[in-house]
Amino acid sequence: MTEGPTPTAAPERAAQLPAQSPPVDPAETAGAVHKVAAQGRISWWRGDGGEGVRRNLGLLGVLVVLIVIGALTRSDLYSDPDWVWDNVLSILKLAAVVGVVTVGMTFVIIGGGIDLSVGAIVALAGVWCTTVATQSYGAGGMIFSALTVGVAVGLVNGLLISYGRLVPFIATLAMLVAARGLAAEISDKQTQVSDNTFINGLASNHLLGIPLLVYILAAVVAAGWVLLNRTTFGRRTVAVGGNPEAARLAGINVRRHTVLLYALSGLCCGIAAIMLTAQANSAQAAMANLYELDAIAAAIIGGTLLSGGRGTIIGSLLGVVIFATITNLFAINGLSTEAQNMVKGGIIVAAVLVQQVQFRSLTQFLGRNRLTT
Amino acid sequence: MSAEDRGAPLVEAPDDAVAGEVVLRLTDVVKTFPGVRALDGVQLEVRAGEVHCLLGQNGAGKSTLIKVLAGVHRPDSGRVEWRGEPVAFANPQAAMRAGIATIYQELDLVEDLSVGENAFLGHEPRRFGFVRRGTMARRTRQILGRLGHAEIPPGRMVRALPAAGKQIVSMARALSHEARLIIMDEPSAVLAHDEVGNLFRIIRELTAQGIAVIYISHRLEEIREIGDRVTVLKDGRTTAANLPARDTPTRDLVSRMTGRTIEYVFPDRPSGAADGAELLTVEGLTRAGEFADVSLRVRAGEIVGIAGLVGSGRSELLETVYGARRPDAGSVRMAGRALRPGSVGAAVRAGMGMAPEERKSQALLLGEPIYRNVTLATFARYARAGFTDVGRERAEADRIAESLELRPRDVRRPVRTLSGGNQQKVVVGRWLLGDTRLLLLDEPTRGVDVGARAELYQVIRGLAAGGVGVLLVSSEVPEVLGLADRVLVMREGRVVREAPAGELDENTVLDLVMAGSLMEGAPA
Repeated sequence: MTEGPTPTAAPERAAQLPAQSPPVDPAETAGAVHKVAAQGRISWWRGDGGEGVRRNLGLLGVLVVLIVIGALTRSDLYSDPDWVWDNVLSILKLAAVVGVVTVGMTFVIIGGGIDLSVGAIVALAGVWCTTVATQSYGAGGMIFSALTVGVAVGLVNGLLISYGRLVPFIATLAMLVAARGLAAEISDKQTQVSDNTFINGLASNHLLGIPLLVYILAAVVAAGWVLLNRTTFGRRTVAVGGNPEAARLAGINVRRHTVLLYALSGLCCGIAAIMLTAQANSAQAAMANLYELDAIAAAIIGGTLLSGGRGTIIGSLLGVVIFATITNLFAINGLSTEAQNMVKGGIIVAAVLVQQVQFRSLTQFLGRNRLTT
Repeated sequence: MSAEDRGAPLVEAPDDAVAGEVVLRLTDVVKTFPGVRALDGVQLEVRAGEVHCLLGQNGAGKSTLIKVLAGVHRPDSGRVEWRGEPVAFANPQAAMRAGIATIYQELDLVEDLSVGENAFLGHEPRRFGFVRRGTMARRTRQILGRLGHAEIPPGRMVRALPAAGKQIVSMARALSHEARLIIMDEPSAVLAHDEVGNLFRIIRELTAQGIAVIYISHRLEEIREIGDRVTVLKDGRTTAANLPARDTPTRDLVSRMTGRTIEYVFPDRPSGAADGAELLTVEGLTRAGEFADVSLRVRAGEIVGIAGLVGSGRSELLETVYGARRPDAGSVRMAGRALRPGSVGAAVRAGMGMAPEERKSQALLLGEPIYRNVTLATFARYARAGFTDVGRERAEADRIAESLELRPRDVRRPVRTLSGGNQQKVVVGRWLLGDTRLLLLDEPTRGVDVGARAELYQVIRGLAAGGVGVLLVSSEVPEVLGLADRVLVMREGRVVREAPAGELDENTVLDLVMAGSLMEGAPA
């Protein structure tokens, strides 16, 4: 340590900095935690995502507005509580499959990538798990093959992007074309009927009055939330997407993590393939058409930054549910899908515009202590 | 800061230093952003045909002032007079049309357009909506001729030009607008040493044509060489105006910027020479075109400094030692064990940490909270079975923030909101967690103000005293000499001298560093 007089006003404390992390004294750590809590009084559920939570509350507001519009335009239907409950369930069922795909997509986008091949992966996994040969292994075999196909295709995406240095857009666009081609090849362009009662029952059966598909969505969303917010995997995802160079120089294996992200997206597609197969009691190469657009749009509405580094699972879920509610709103009013698509397009733009305004005012607000050079 | 704390009284030098008419006069200009008074009463007077230097620390308000002049920001109050008329530019185009051109540090050129297209970007000579390519090329050639660079072909893609060439294209753009005032924000920062002379020659030609230049630089010797008058800013206020650039004593300039009279304050070296165990052993490290056959050693508790110009291969060397680049030849060993080449993960596991040259693009997640940036390299160690321990992370980051005197101290704030010096503390602080035994620092005080510098020096010295080895790269020779125990001088990818810091002085090192580039042209 420095001896003698220091010719500066520089604080002595800096000089006495502990060079090594001292053995952690549990009492000291607890004290520090307590101090932080006392400073901020942050609730555990809010965590550090204050901004994300505010944004999600806004999305919840949009959802409420949509429901109110539904109640006003079809007050006759909304007067029947049983109908309302059934309608909520049908909205959630509508959201379930795309919702699962969107959870994977959210990870990929936060990690700085994009996956255009999700719809094609769902189709390939669906077709693969409904071939006569696979069905002969029963429900377990079908589920295993769908998940394996999803993960395998995702791994190929990830490897092409990480180690082949392809731009994610190109790699997954190529996979979109190729996977649907393979699905058509395997199925011989035929619709493959699923005879498995367990699989088909996932869509038709209920538990406590709620369709099993909705439980699957809830489980995937919960797992995704924990993975993103409470694990090192999630932290790496934000780092890799937010600043890949900083992540790399901090010792994070960016390439390996990128591969894992696409594999995760593939896994979600495998799960979605089973759900979709269950809904239709069949699979075909054209299934899950344009799911990639629905999933990307939902993630973006949910506040995921397309350039990576920011996003929430809850926001993405709300994005999916908002889309499903709009579809439902048009259906109960007997309006055309064309008008519905126009509204959806408008909502995407409006959501991004609103978020930009929020973000700008927020950065200005935070900029109050910034030294302007 | 309070109103009473108005600092030193405004000094005005006699007005006869420059003869030209006053083209620009700022009186009491104030610009406030939410929560910060970036400009707090700026006076500035610029005459035709002079090089007016703006001097000030980071955060003094230079950038904001430029942006006010360039029409990016509008002042809240005060007067801006341009050629005798009060003006308020609504946008950058308005400032351009009025004849004020700004050359930013990050040149705002379109890399995939040609030199001519960049020079006339947004006001291409045209007829019936079609660009008159012939006219554009001819006028571009004329302007480049005026700048003394007729050899640059107007049709060449800007991407293909070196940094100095790009800067000339930026100046050509300014001249294509018939600029009467050209603002240059640290133009020498992107240039190699021998190119600066060329820049000065161009500036002299511009001023001879009656064009005024506002020149911003941190390098006092440049200001002395090219400047006519100097205006000093501190905390958004003009503390001295119109000082003669050549013969105002350095001490005066620095004290106007800082309120202090010394620029570098280094902690004392410990008396006994560092004789800790050998930590880092680099043998014959080579990367083609960057550096060749570099061998060096760092002992525990020792600070080794590398002096060298930008382009001497010093940053590349540091990144290769760290595994961020793969060497063509040679080895890196930590405490005797060879590291897998080209693997940052292996280096970090062996106890290395690095604070890279570009803080924002290479080290920080700007939108993420401070604590997550501090624990970016260690969060996995605090995790249990893959689940992060945010409470522990905050506590550790809090401890680091306190020991480094981070301001503001709340570790949940986004790193974006910190000043440059505090951001650097976050980057260094990252490696104080965990078991870092060797810290690689690339330009640790770039963009850091003088006060925070002294604190960072204390931190680095304190680390060494605790047994950490430090390998430090800096373009500022006094920094290397003042901080390091042992100094390596690099030139053109080779170590040309190694000696204890006490045996070297600034002039010797500068001579060694620049010898090649002055005599034989730019390094490859």
